[in-house]
Amino acid sequence: MRAFEYVVADSPAAARALARESGDARFYAGGTTLVDLMKSDVERPGRVIDISRLPLTAIELRGDVLRIGALARNSDVAYDPAVARRFPAVSEALLSGASGQIRNAATIGGNLLQRTRCTYFRETRWRCNKREPGSGCDALDGFNRGHAILGTSDSCIATYPGDLAVALCALSANVIVEGDAGERTVALDELYVLPGDRPERENTLAAGELITGIELRAEPLYEHSHYLKIRDRASYEFALASVACAIELEGGRIARARLALGGVATVPWRAREAEDLLAGSPPGDAAYRRAADAALAGARTRAHNGYKVELAKRAIVRALRTACGGAA
Amino acid sequence: MSGLVGAPVDRVDGRLKVTGAAKYSAEIALPGLVYGVMVLSTTASGTSQVDADAARRAPGVIAVMTPQNAPRVDSGGNGAGDRTLMVLQDEVVRYDRQPVAVVVADTFERATDAAAMVRVRYAAAPAVTRFDAAAEYKPASGGRDVDKHKGDAAAALAQAAVKVDGTYIVPVEHHNPMEPHATVAQWDGDQLTVYESTQGVINARRTLAQTFGIPTASVRVVSKFIGGGFGGKGSVWPHAVLAAMAAKLVNRPVKIVLSRPQMFGSVGFRPQTVQRVALGAGSDGRLSAIIHETSAQTSVFDEFMAGTGAISAVLYGTPNLTITHRLRRLNTSTPTFMRAPGEACGSFALESAMDELAYATGIDPVELRLRNDTQVDADGKPFSSRALREALRQGAERFGWSRRDPRPRSMRDGRLLVGMGVAAASYPTHRSAASALVRVNADGTALVQSSGVDIGTGAYTVFTQIAAEQLGLPVEQVRIELGDSAFPAAPNAGGSQLTASAGSAIKLAALDARAKLLALARGDASALIGGAAAIAALMRTGGVETIEGRSDAKPGDDAQKYAMHSFGAQFAEVRVDPDLGTVRVVRFVNAFGAGRILNEKTARSQYIGGAVWGIGMALLEHTRYDERSGRIMTANLAEYLVPVNADVPAIEPIIIPEDDPHVNEIGVKGIGEIGIVGAAAAIANAVYHATGKRVRDLPITPEKLLA
Ligand SMILES: Cc1cc2nc3c(=O)[nH]c(=O)nc-3n(C[C@H](O)[C@H](O)[C@H](O)COP(=O)(O)OP(=O)(O)OC[C@H]3O[C@@H](n4cnc5c(N)ncnc54)[C@H](O)[C@@H]3O)c2cc1C
Ligand code: SF4
Repeated sequence: MRAFEYVVADSPAAARALARESGDARFYAGGTTLVDLMKSDVERPGRVIDISRLPLTAIELRGDVLRIGALARNSDVAYDPAVARRFPAVSEALLSGASGQIRNAATIGGNLLQRTRCTYFRETRWRCNKREPGSGCDALDGFNRGHAILGTSDSCIATYPGDLAVALCALSANVIVEGDAGERTVALDELYVLPGDRPERENTLAAGELITGIELRAEPLYEHSHYLKIRDRASYEFALASVACAIELEGGRIARARLALGGVATVPWRAREAEDLLAGSPPGDAAYRRAADAALAGARTRAHNGYKVELAKRAIVRALRTACGGAA
Repeated sequence: MSGLVGAPVDRVDGRLKVTGAAKYSAEIALPGLVYGVMVLSTTASGTSQVDADAARRAPGVIAVMTPQNAPRVDSGGNGAGDRTLMVLQDEVVRYDRQPVAVVVADTFERATDAAAMVRVRYAAAPAVTRFDAAAEYKPASGGRDVDKHKGDAAAALAQAAVKVDGTYIVPVEHHNPMEPHATVAQWDGDQLTVYESTQGVINARRTLAQTFGIPTASVRVVSKFIGGGFGGKGSVWPHAVLAAMAAKLVNRPVKIVLSRPQMFGSVGFRPQTVQRVALGAGSDGRLSAIIHETSAQTSVFDEFMAGTGAISAVLYGTPNLTITHRLRRLNTSTPTFMRAPGEACGSFALESAMDELAYATGIDPVELRLRNDTQVDADGKPFSSRALREALRQGAERFGWSRRDPRPRSMRDGRLLVGMGVAAASYPTHRSAASALVRVNADGTALVQSSGVDIGTGAYTVFTQIAAEQLGLPVEQVRIELGDSAFPAAPNAGGSQLTASAGSAIKLAALDARAKLLALARGDASALIGGAAAIAALMRTGGVETIEGRSDAKPGDDAQKYAMHSFGAQFAEVRVDPDLGTVRVVRFVNAFGAGRILNEKTARSQYIGGAVWGIGMALLEHTRYDERSGRIMTANLAEYLVPVNADVPAIEPIIIPEDDPHVNEIGVKGIGEIGIVGAAAAIANAVYHATGKRVRDLPITPEKLLA
């Protein structure tokens, strides 16, 4: 780990000012992503700004809008009664992530910005376009069982690893960001950017911008939302594939559907075409499978991750079935 | 105090451990101690050129040890069990994560920081990084039979009414004990003291003495508490030698503790095995031929061979048998013992094949194993005792085997497929020479000393029980000291032999002490009844301060006359999600006949741990490599998956009482390794029963069940 300057921010404005001043600063929230990567020399901030004490921990339902502070702990959000009842997929996604200890330390803002598990990224001895732009990508022809099949490019096939963002993506959450020009709201799926030929750029935050919270608009359909995560072991592992979905039935047909995928794409992956196919269909495996095929139509596989296409499709069918069971 | 042995006595060191008072090697504090951090290679083959200028100038750095300034040592393999070690004697890199420098600084943090400043340039050389790409050769001998032939197995197979023939793969696995390897080394002139996380202080002492070219008597190795060894700490690895070399170089005590990533690659591991098992049988299921051919990996500079096929000479009777072992050289560190080396992998192949034979013949898998039970091993030696039948019978009953519908995919729990699988297990009963001291003090209490190491299994406790029982003392009146090469010699806590060896020695030493006490009492045994108080009175009357009981226990002739093994049976129930390919073990019953059980509590822990390891082997553990470079890709506990609590169901061990007069003075067989033998096969067989899919390459991950 390299030497760095450690400073504590006592307000969001101070945090941003401290970041602006430095040029190569990182916010420290729960530290569970950042410190790991600093220890392995992947993150090399000159200044670490501790934002963990900022008063951004509230979880509040006002009318139909749930607002969660960026520094709310994953555990607190997962067990919040309003979250569990109105947005079960969010709660399920959080509880499927990491371990109890990590969830107690991890924050919502930090969770959204966690970085890929690609080993080629996380060990500096490899060539990695994300870590060192232009150096190449050793994952393309390396060991890539965990890598993405959707949203990839010739420069990077790293999977976005998180669970929460996938649920938020399906439920059309907004991210609230505070920058020099004040507060702005970004749709969750516009927070992330595809790797393209610039995989080092993962999101649309400007330097020094601070996430202050997320916003979810409660809709009846979200009460039957569901998050399904598939992995080798029963707990404490990132997803091989995951699905967040929500379904609303009307007169024996699917009125509206929401579908997003995790573990298989470079960003939290909203499957809008599949949603459109589902709308108007009678519920059932035939419709789910058709939607699944559409969702994975653009999949591009490498040597070790071909299984993810079928796994993701089956996960979609299973998740929709479960959500529909709840909605019926 | 008769009846003490066998009782589920609490661990005598339990309090020390839960309060943190037990000091592990990494916690040893010595005046002037400094900290070593290894710099590991990032290439699997080539020559290194180390630029340590920046590191040498870094704050707190005392020295950077490289091939240029490293003390010269004899790093060749110096005898059985010892390894050839890459310890900075030349610039040649032979495997990924080979030490290429050691930074020594006044704090661990500064050493770590400076280690990151060491720049290494490599002139690359070709490396063998794929198992398939390595040529096969016949090894000299790994202390076990390389080849074994009886009858004509190929001909018998060709003529068999029923045959199965498959290839089974167990990948590279790495030990992940809670406690990483750790060494603290200190020189006092030519005297070397090493606090080492090792399974055997006597073996480590000999290796270190030979490596540094000094008399054995000049080396002392201390290993008081170990947080798990599993075979990985059965040998001396580079960091231990490097710590002692660095201590010499800087003339101060040096500590080296491996980080978790360094646990992958810088030490040993379970080698990949590719096994062919072919079984020939009559339509009645009786075996006419077993062919068990193993190909395993070793390093390019040293040889390690586990007796993978050996189990095929023990579990079942067959007139025709062929067992072969071949090796391939890859650019890795040298593989080593890992819980039931040989049997763990061999049983996966043999017991999967037996399950396939059960389906091919239409005979129930438990019944098939009973039909092939034998009273002699492949050499015709009778077993000293053999509880296979009883283990299968009792295990099947507790497990509810009779509820199993044998047809694949026939049993369901809602949308999940239910599978039940069985496998048999055996593990040899080893024993080596050992000595012990039992001293009776003036106050009637006793002190036991042995150099044997308690690697977490409960040796402190059962040895105390043995001595206490012979002396008629409660366990609280017996103090025990282990894990110091200054104490009477005992073999490694490996191969499940420590209790048999050192336990026998302690019993004999306690008997010797008791005989001396009896002589003092002029043969009046009643004078010894009444614990420490009675003994103290006796010694006072006799005018003696202390009494020393000593022993040199050795394997007897019975080892020539009998085949000695523990036997057992493993029963697993799984749920498989037919859509998603996920497997969860929901119930596990295992039954073992392993001689006399000295402490039911610690024995059950071993059996439960063995089943947990079986779950890891069957479903999760897999060291992955980047095959282009030979670098390990899973060098942390997020990528290298071991079972977590959520993966481990209720495990119900059954202890089958056994009274074997032949094995040793205390009638014990090993219990530490047999728990994993057959466990992975039982799970794989349950997966077949659930799904109709036979997975012959471990671990059984979702993608293998999707197709
Ligand atoms: C062993 C392990 C297993 C895990 N398993 C899972 C899993 O299964 N599923 C899953 O989803 N996650 C998993 N995680 C990831 C974990 O959820 C994240 O590390 C955690 O949520 C990050 O939150 P944090 O507060 O600790 O972030 P930090 O480490 O503090 O920050 C992460 C990044 O976000 C930036 N940041 C933090 N807060 C803000 C803010 N308010 N505004 C702007 N930038 C900010 C930081 O500068 C940093 O770059 C795992 C982590 C570990 C270590
Ligand atoms: S996949 Fe992306 S993160 Fe991984 S090595 Fe390639 S460029 Fe780097």
